[in-house]
Amino acid sequence: MTQALLALEDGTVFRGQAFGAPGEISGEVIFNTSMTGYQEIVSDPSYRGQIVVMTYPLIGNYGVNAADLESLKPQAEGFVVRSLSPMASSWRKEKTLEEWLTAHGTVAVQGIDTRALTCLLREKGALKGVISTTDGDARRLVEKAKKSTGLVGRDLVSEVTCGKIHPWPEAPSVARPFRVAAVDCGMKTHIPRMLTQAGCQVTIVPSTVRYEELMELKPDGLFISNGPGDPEAAVSLISVAQKCVGKMPIFGICLGHQILGLALGGKTYKLKFGHHGGNHPVMNLDTGKVEITAQNHGFAVDPTSIPGSDVRMTHLNLNDKTCEGMRHTKAPLFSVQYHPEASPGPHDSQYLFDQFVTMMKTQRA
Amino acid sequence: MPKRTDLHKILIIGSGPIIIGQACEFDYSGTQACKALREEGYSVVLVNSNPATIMTDPEFADRTYIEPVTAEAVEKIIAKERPDALLPTLGGQTGLNVAMQLAERGVLEKYKVQMIGANAEAIRKAEDRELFKQTMIKCGLDVPRSGVAHTLEEARAVAEKIGFPNVIRPAFTLGGTGGGIAYNQDEFDRIAENGLSLSMVSEVLIEESVEGWKEFELEVMRDRNDNVVIVCSIENFDPMGVHTGDSITVAPAQTLTDKEMQAMRNDAITIIRAIGVETGGSNVQFAVNPQTGRRTVIEMNPRVSRSSALASKATGFPIAKIAAKLAIGYTLDELSNDITRQTPACFEPTLDYCVVKIPRWAFEKFPGADPTLTVQMKSVGEVMAIGRTFKEALQKGLRGLEIGRFGLGADGKDADWNADELRKKIRIPNAERIFAIRQAMLTGISDEEIHKLSKIDLWFLREIRRIVDAEQQLKKVSVKTATEEIVWDAKQLGFSDRQLAFLWGSDEMAIRRLRLQQGVKPVFYLVDTCSAEFDAYTPYYYSTYERPPILQNEIAPVVPRNDKRKKIIILGGGPNRIGQGIEFDYCCVRAVFSLRESGYKTIMVNSNPETVSTDYDTSDTLYFEPLTLEDVLNIVDVEKPDGVVVQLGGQTPLNLALSLEREGVPIIGTSPQEIDRAEDRKKFSAMIEKLGLMQPPNGTAMKTEEAVAIAKRLTYPVLVRPSYVLGGRAMEIVYDEAHLRTYMEKATRVSPEHPILVDKFLQEAIEVDIDVIADGETAVVGGILEHVEEAGVHSGDAAMAMPPHTLPKSVLDEIRRASHAMAKELHVKGLMNAQFAVKDGVVYVLEVNPRASRTVPFVSKAIGVPLVRLAAKVMAGQTLKELGFTEEIQIPFTAVKESVFPFSRFFGVDIILGPEMRSTGEVMGIDESFGLAFAKSQIAAYQKVPSEGTVFISVKDHDKPAAIPIARRLVTLGFKIVSTRGTCAVLRREGVSVDEINKIHEGRPDVLDLVRDSKINLIINTPAGKETKEDETKIRSLAVVRGIPCVTTIPGAQALVTGIEALRKGYEVRSIQEWHLTIAGNKTPVRPVAGSVK
Repeated sequence: MTQALLALEDGTVFRGQAFGAPGEISGEVIFNTSMTGYQEIVSDPSYRGQIVVMTYPLIGNYGVNAADLESLKPQAEGFVVRSLSPMASSWRKEKTLEEWLTAHGTVAVQGIDTRALTCLLREKGALKGVISTTDGDARRLVEKAKKSTGLVGRDLVSEVTCGKIHPWPEAPSVARPFRVAAVDCGMKTHIPRMLTQAGCQVTIVPSTVRYEELMELKPDGLFISNGPGDPEAAVSLISVAQKCVGKMPIFGICLGHQILGLALGGKTYKLKFGHHGGNHPVMNLDTGKVEITAQNHGFAVDPTSIPGSDVRMTHLNLNDKTCEGMRHTKAPLFSVQYHPEASPGPHDSQYLFDQFVTMMKTQRA
Repeated sequence: MPKRTDLHKILIIGSGPIIIGQACEFDYSGTQACKALREEGYSVVLVNSNPATIMTDPEFADRTYIEPVTAEAVEKIIAKERPDALLPTLGGQTGLNVAMQLAERGVLEKYKVQMIGANAEAIRKAEDRELFKQTMIKCGLDVPRSGVAHTLEEARAVAEKIGFPNVIRPAFTLGGTGGGIAYNQDEFDRIAENGLSLSMVSEVLIEESVEGWKEFELEVMRDRNDNVVIVCSIENFDPMGVHTGDSITVAPAQTLTDKEMQAMRNDAITIIRAIGVETGGSNVQFAVNPQTGRRTVIEMNPRVSRSSALASKATGFPIAKIAAKLAIGYTLDELSNDITRQTPACFEPTLDYCVVKIPRWAFEKFPGADPTLTVQMKSVGEVMAIGRTFKEALQKGLRGLEIGRFGLGADGKDADWNADELRKKIRIPNAERIFAIRQAMLTGISDEEIHKLSKIDLWFLREIRRIVDAEQQLKKVSVKTATEEIVWDAKQLGFSDRQLAFLWGSDEMAIRRLRLQQGVKPVFYLVDTCSAEFDAYTPYYYSTYERPPILQNEIAPVVPRNDKRKKIIILGGGPNRIGQGIEFDYCCVRAVFSLRESGYKTIMVNSNPETVSTDYDTSDTLYFEPLTLEDVLNIVDVEKPDGVVVQLGGQTPLNLALSLEREGVPIIGTSPQEIDRAEDRKKFSAMIEKLGLMQPPNGTAMKTEEAVAIAKRLTYPVLVRPSYVLGGRAMEIVYDEAHLRTYMEKATRVSPEHPILVDKFLQEAIEVDIDVIADGETAVVGGILEHVEEAGVHSGDAAMAMPPHTLPKSVLDEIRRASHAMAKELHVKGLMNAQFAVKDGVVYVLEVNPRASRTVPFVSKAIGVPLVRLAAKVMAGQTLKELGFTEEIQIPFTAVKESVFPFSRFFGVDIILGPEMRSTGEVMGIDESFGLAFAKSQIAAYQKVPSEGTVFISVKDHDKPAAIPIARRLVTLGFKIVSTRGTCAVLRREGVSVDEINKIHEGRPDVLDLVRDSKINLIINTPAGKETKEDETKIRSLAVVRGIPCVTTIPGAQALVTGIEALRKGYEVRSIQEWHLTIAGNKTPVRPVAGSVK
């Protein structure tokens, strides 16, 4: 097997075996603690610019299938695992993980002590890194890692958003559909699916959409999706969102939540190593009940930075007490930092899609 | 929500004796619960008949009743203690069943006792098959097609609708007792009939067979705010058709996509809500069709279980402890995760390792039993192993099983199976299947074919194939050519030094040296519930091999934080087996508490997930590792302990003692040389002679001819056994030369490296066990126990009474004198157990073991002094004088130990007691008289003690005179006696009124008919000689199935009749704390437990 090196900006270099495509890539190295769902993770556009390390050591066991993809191809810059399964066992598998990554040119490495790597990232925070199958000089790779571009201030959304406005092909399963304009900042496939299931007729719009274009669609509601990178870089979308507040019900997830936080005048900040996994407890402050949530974000909204008293925190992360959701008290607007569409992860929070529909229903009446 | 203030006193029902399907995992869960509730200020009343448990030590509850776990006894306890609530979900199926009986009898209502955790309705919904199925269907969940039957006719009708194969499951039994898969009508009739008779409510469920489907389990927890979390997912290596207790299982699930996993999670949440388990843990089992993905719900246990104990150890999430806290009103978000401290318990653990559990069976003890693995559990213990890959964990687990294997083969111990045998071994599940798979791969059978035969998922097979391929590659190198890279690769695949030594024609220590020279050392990683996302505070480690980074700025600290305390390692007993079980774990745990109390840093090493010792809360540091020389030395390398304790974990650590000492490891307590002196027969004989004590004439033989010569000299019968074994493995009483020759051939195969000991067998002697504690100077008797059955019945199987019920003081004094002399001679520091036989007033030393014995917990409970607590301190250097324990304690009551056997699992196996131990567990009966204490022990062991009815007596000629007074006493008690011709004639001659019944083949109705129709309430049947007659075996096996008590020795019968007489006036319950107050000079206040101090 070909050797691959993973070099980090702090000077640490791991040696492993290459799988996937040959090459050299750089990105911000982050870890994900989900035990299942590697396929959804790698294909999630929010991971653009990042090298994903799976903390669960056995990856690839059930292969890859088209139905579970969150976008058409792998999106993470690179993929790091402890032990890749050479075979896939599932009645749904179409390809092995290795075949799929190779076909799409994604660089990946196995045989890395992912626990040591995770401990390092926990201590030092997310680090820039390089995976190379072509350069065997460890010290040179550390230099490359140091020089690589990080995530802060980087507009990755424009790389992953769709080209033009287009309808989501699926029709809602229930009557009285609501027209929803869903801003694609790198939206996971499962989101329009959930919206559709909840009774929405979804139109996908690019993140570069102008306010006027949006209003021409006469949407009952606006949805702003997840996506990669620093929310502050999405300048035009923030101003579009600002104009929409109060005009129609708005629902944001992840990056969408951060964009709404910024649109409402608040601030976002970078977390030390982010939340990436499927087991974070989040308390719904209205009901006092706890949801086990899927998470994938490196930035967070500081709710106290939002001027005025119209926005209140609705969801709290019980691990580190960060803001996981907010709601406008006057305008029909709410958002969550975590992923109610799951995929991968627990389904505890799917009620939020119904909540959005209820909001549109109320607004219509 | 804060904890409930309307409750003050809570009753916990323990699970009683260790039986197959219900082992020390319930001591683990019960102990956690007791600690959790008392921590919150509740008063805890505990009932458990099992003296070998930690939970029944008097410090763990406010009132501890070592009384039978039956509705009748518990009702008496409720009447006396008047608890506010009953927590029924922590005592296994036994606890749940008794709680249900109390509810149904109106006892709970009468005394206003509230069931917390799960109420009667929820329990009924989960346990009653039909109700469960209906509930599932109502929720829209898929269940196998099925029907319920209460009679054989109903059962046949259901089977006709469903077809074959189908599964028969009796309602309200343990571990699937009496269940089975039927492929045809004959099989069906047999299994259904058996199932109906074993079910508490005469009910069986017949369902569509999902044999061969993928099997999964989820551990679910719910609080009263309706928060639900999944603690762990488990995938079974052995697909549906093998009881999960008999399956190799893996955590987390390996072959489900996230979509499938989440759908299963949703189902589990729906189920716990629908069943209505208000708070606490449940276990839900699913079957998944490997071709279509169709998922059906198999069953749900509304309580903590063996799987939840495994899940707790696998994830670091203490299910039982949290369940207890939820039951008193807390919600998950109010409780913190002990390991991270910063985050709440309301989360789902995520693993960054793979956990493999492997069952351990004891078929070698039950020749004649069907070794096929089915839906009825047959294993007696299990080992858990943690690795970074399945391959590593599997190999660690296999060497941790202590079955003489050092991983998946490659150890020179392969059986000689041909291709046909291999295919059969793979197709029909059995204890050796995993090894058969490896050998099949070596002989060229494809993974696909193995999958077709076994239905084991190809993913698992491919992993095994990678181990097998690697082995083939490793064979090509030698110690000289093995590079660092090769050694790293091998260690990462879980190969042990022993395996590499075999493959490279070297020895274990040479491989170890090579490895260390190359820098190939394990790292110790944490079980931290969060895959390193948060800092962990609980030092719970496993070893694995990870190559370090090739460039590094600073080295991350891997080994425990600094601590100035002196360190002591306590080596545990590994997986439970017959002969080495919970008693030894009890000893290890008590030692840990004691040493912590004395200011030492305690380090526990064990591989058994069922135990209290592997609760990360017990010791300061826990290593979940196999107990092999390699693994222990690796730990010693990083911990550099000041002392290692080997005398408490049974034979397992003892077997390592000499090798560890050779490597310079500081063994504390009695020295390994002295231990060897007691174990080595020649040295032992010399010692006995030196001390002027008596022992049965004996000899040591390596070869058959030597044994024959010795036996001739000693005269038959002789007792033969290999040295260095526990539980009387392969121990037999031999009556003639032919038998001796057969034995020798077999025995040299079991244990070729050890000599065979041949002793003159003392017939009809009384056997005595004594436990002594000594500090090198002073020796104090802990307790003397007289066996009820005569010598020749293994001490682990015999009933015992303390104080001795028939022996005179002069004999006891001689036993004391001999014990003191031996303790002094062996420089015993810690515990010593000796066994004596008393014949015609002469005291013979049978054996002496300078280590903790099986009876230590029992004795400790009887005298109210935890002997191991003292022994641990003695090992660490204190004297008994300093500890204030210098005199033997005399108890003014009688405590009886009775053993519990797994015969109902092994149909057709003869229940005659002998020198090979076969019991799985024990109970304790305490009362003022021997009779009542004995009767209580029988009730506690679930042996019916009849108060009226018919007794069948059939004894061998030699026993006939002794049977006469027994029969007379039974007649006086109002029993009717029936006997076969011989015994009948003798009894009639003596004027005892008796009916004659035909022997088998003498014409119908015969005795078997009476047994089959349950027209007999008690059987007294002593075997007719060396070769037990087939007819007698038939009667006894059938009696087991019918639940008819069957006594096979005269002393046993005498004791039982005394018990029946005593029971005439009924019995009272009394807590162990109350009993201890009756001991003269008792001034020991109840001490706090070191482990629970926060």
